[in-house]
Amino acid sequence: MRQTWVTPGGVHPPENKHQSVTQPIGSLPIPEKLVVPLGQHIGAPAIACVKLGDKVLKGQKIADPAGTVSVAIHAPTSGTVSAIEARPIAHSSGIEALCIEITSDGKDQWIALQGIADFEHTTPKTLLSIITDAGIAGMGGAGFPTAVKLNPGFHRPIDTLIVNATECEPYITADDALIRERAEEIIEGIRILSHTLGNPSNILIGIEDNKPEAIQALEPHTQDTGINVVSFPTKYPSGGEKQLIYILTGKELPSGQIPADIGIVCVNIGTTYAIKRAVVEGEPLVSRVTTMTGEACEINRNYDVLIGTPVSHMLEHNKFDAEKCSRVIMGGPMMGFSLMSKDIPIVKTSNCLLAPSVEEIPHNEPAQPCIRCGMCAEACPASLLPQQLLWYSQAKDYDRLQSHNLFDCIECGACSYVCPSNIPLVQHYRSSKSDIKKAEEEKIKSAQARERFEFRQQRIEQADKEREAKRAARREAALQAKKTAAPNSAADIVAAAQARTEAKQLSPEQEQAKLERAVSSAEMRVQKAQSKLDTAVASEEPEDKIKILSAALSGAQQKLEKAKTRLAEQSN
Amino acid sequence: MIEFVFQNPIISALVALVGLGLIFGALLGFAAEKFKIEGDPVIDQIDSLLPQTQCGQCGFPGCRPYAESIADGDSINKCPPGGQSTINAIANLLDVPAPELDQEHGEEADIKTVAYIREDECIGCTKCIQACPVDAILGAAKLMHTVIADECTGCDLCVEPCPVDCIDMLPVESGINQWQWPTPPIANGLIATDRTHSSSIHEGAS
Repeated sequence: MRQTWVTPGGVHPPENKHQSVTQPIGSLPIPEKLVVPLGQHIGAPAIACVKLGDKVLKGQKIADPAGTVSVAIHAPTSGTVSAIEARPIAHSSGIEALCIEITSDGKDQWIALQGIADFEHTTPKTLLSIITDAGIAGMGGAGFPTAVKLNPGFHRPIDTLIVNATECEPYITADDALIRERAEEIIEGIRILSHTLGNPSNILIGIEDNKPEAIQALEPHTQDTGINVVSFPTKYPSGGEKQLIYILTGKELPSGQIPADIGIVCVNIGTTYAIKRAVVEGEPLVSRVTTMTGEACEINRNYDVLIGTPVSHMLEHNKFDAEKCSRVIMGGPMMGFSLMSKDIPIVKTSNCLLAPSVEEIPHNEPAQPCIRCGMCAEACPASLLPQQLLWYSQAKDYDRLQSHNLFDCIECGACSYVCPSNIPLVQHYRSSKSDIKKAEEEKIKSAQARERFEFRQQRIEQADKEREAKRAARREAALQAKKTAAPNSAADIVAAAQARTEAKQLSPEQEQAKLERAVSSAEMRVQKAQSKLDTAVASEEPEDKIKILSAALSGAQQKLEKAKTRLAEQSN
Repeated sequence: MIEFVFQNPIISALVALVGLGLIFGALLGFAAEKFKIEGDPVIDQIDSLLPQTQCGQCGFPGCRPYAESIADGDSINKCPPGGQSTINAIANLLDVPAPELDQEHGEEADIKTVAYIREDECIGCTKCIQACPVDAILGAAKLMHTVIADECTGCDLCVEPCPVDCIDMLPVESGINQWQWPTPPIANGLIATDRTHSSSIHEGAS
């Protein structure tokens, strides 16, 4: 028997798990329409790679991963893509997000699959790409892309692989049922994981002691494999990653770090099953085991549900009584959220659909003032001070909230559960967390805006300065030119004028040549005028035109005379 | 030396004190020169609290000039984009009472907006580019302009100069990632004495 450690706090809500494990995992008829959201995981939503009206087969990729922290999405059944649009999805906000709707053709025809039976001789890199392409994201609830988790990098050697089979929330039995029926495949999946991580020395399956059948089912398959099944006393929330690591190893995960920083990788047991199916059978993640429970449904059991099955379809097939039901919750009663619409589809992270009667989970009673009883502090598994956080949250004192480690809160709801005043503590923390995140984002944005603004000011200033400098330079140059050109005294003016006239005067030879050129060009002009007049007379042009031409001829002759006399004067 | 000290205790005490005074004075003077801070650090602090939209609604050409003016004693309630939370933060910093927002300079907007240019109507006059305080508009003369939405502060300054009115201020798109958890109602009203002092929880927090 391995040693286990005990976490602080925790609560013991009624488990209510027996209702849904009396029957084996069932399957539902294929719904007419399946709605597959593109963002079912943490990280960037996948990018649709099918068009409206495309025919798809079951398991065919319909969306590609967008970047490293993302996974692919596959058609859950064969049929036609009938819509790619925003639909309400499984999110506490009730906001719509992009989904692909597939109208089933009822044949449920698989695409050709190719698995790798001999995974031990496959490189971890290949296995990781298979896991991403199979669309596998953490199936315990958060939906973190598994391949990213399995690739912590060389600087973080992994010595412990923890498989989380705690399933500490009341009502949920999806993992329990999966282990009972498919333990062999789960162990195979764990071996694949271990191979991908370079065979860590410790492989632990953490499971609460309220699942003896599951522990028994695992035992024959784990013998001589080096895989340890560790059971520990039931307490909520032992299934939180930080809590489970502490329970199994005694190591506390420092605030703000991930398990890989202390050499641990923690994977949900449902994910290991999906990994086995993806690697060995080549089957992408198109269905998951989901618990359908609550008194408002006549049938309580686990189902192998196709991703994208509308909640309403599930409820219908379990004889749901809307009048009896207080609300439909996705997830467990502690951390789940009420659904605003029954058209919301089951996604990769939906481990439970809870339809409780009003007596089972009554409507929220109005909150009363905090009486400082301190029960929340005793229940907090993260050793925080919930009531202090409540005060600061209401006062919007973000600095103090952060110094009281608000971000270490795992939102398990233990504090709200024990609160005698019915204060929705977790909601206050969630609201404050999102406010702080928003304020931080705005701070980054405003710093960016300031930088751009200052850069712009500087640029404009610089441009102004340059322009000013250019203007000054031009002024200076003009002044300088004036100065050099400007005479200093009256004598200088006379001298300059004389120099100019002297420069203008030509030597006698030049003058002679110039006049000779003038005479010859005048002769040419006379000849031209003469010939024009002759042609005009010969062709009997009108009289006035002949007159003009003869006047031009006489003008040219006069100019020639003048030039000749000037040339004669010069020669003399 | 020791004898002199014993014989003239007053003079020696005087000399010692004056000497110490000179030494410390020199030290302080040196430190004041050596560790001198350029500018007023409070301006930077105020500037970091302002929203940096550079919208000029306060009457100053940008957030920093307003921060400088506040440091000189201007009122702190002239920033509508920052709203009451900015006023409170500055009041907290300067240790003065927080006034209400001065409506003269505009009202606090409920939703953040960004400028959007209807591109087929843009004539490429570059007037909005010159108006944008954060260089968030791209374009050239006689070519279509467009707004870099991520850099736009929603200051409105580009809307007015546009000669063809093709700039709209649109609310920032909010998807799943921008969604915020609502704040649950504050617990009061069940106890009779709480009803009249509805703010008692707020006060209890300080």
